[in-house]
Amino acid sequence: MAVLISKDTLDTQKIISMVQDPLAGGTDIFIGTVRSETDYKKVTSLFFEAYAPMAEREMQKLINQASINWPIIKAVIHHRVGHLKVGDVAVVIAVSAAHRKAAFEACRYILDALKETVPIWKKEIFEDGQVWVSAHP
Amino acid sequence: MEIKLFGIAKDIVGKKVLKLDHSPANVELLKKYLIDEYPEFSNLNSLAIAVNHYYAEEEKTLSKYDEIAVIPPVSGG
Repeated sequence: MAVLISKDTLDTQKIISMVQDPLAGGTDIFIGTVRSETDYKKVTSLFFEAYAPMAEREMQKLINQASINWPIIKAVIHHRVGHLKVGDVAVVIAVSAAHRKAAFEACRYILDALKETVPIWKKEIFEDGQVWVSAHP
Repeated sequence: MEIKLFGIAKDIVGKKVLKLDHSPANVELLKKYLIDEYPEFSNLNSLAIAVNHYYAEEEKTLSKYDEIAVIPPVSGG
């Protein structure tokens, strides 16, 4: 599936293979992973929650919009939900195009827009508490 | 009317689904109800309502047959 909210480990190689095409001269891939600190505070794990049917609809909308803005060939967005530890892959975006410029720009657009509109929520869990990211000013 | 809650909205209300006996007529009135009942909602960066998996405008009318969800500030990626 081009868009997926998954409880299971994301298969980056499979996602890359999904956007391959004889007409593609380049593939741009963004892999978002869990990092060990935020604002110099140690993160022990992350919890991701999604409103899955709407999130998948919104992700498909981003691919549709990217296809209007750039001459891309294929695009795939998979996002993980559940408890993730440091180093785990949270999101993979792969975009193929005939030339690199469209692949780079469309991939960046999809990621930036995903962070703004797709109903997915991230909770950072620290040694001494937890916080829903971006919830408060 | 049933309202699905996610992320911090679930924590604010204290449950996954909020059941309302009398349904607010539109999105604007639902938001007003939420903020009146749970003032913590007014401290969020944003508060959106989704109707049948689409972001809904303030004037969007609501029916008990709609799938309604509270969308607090998103933070995927």
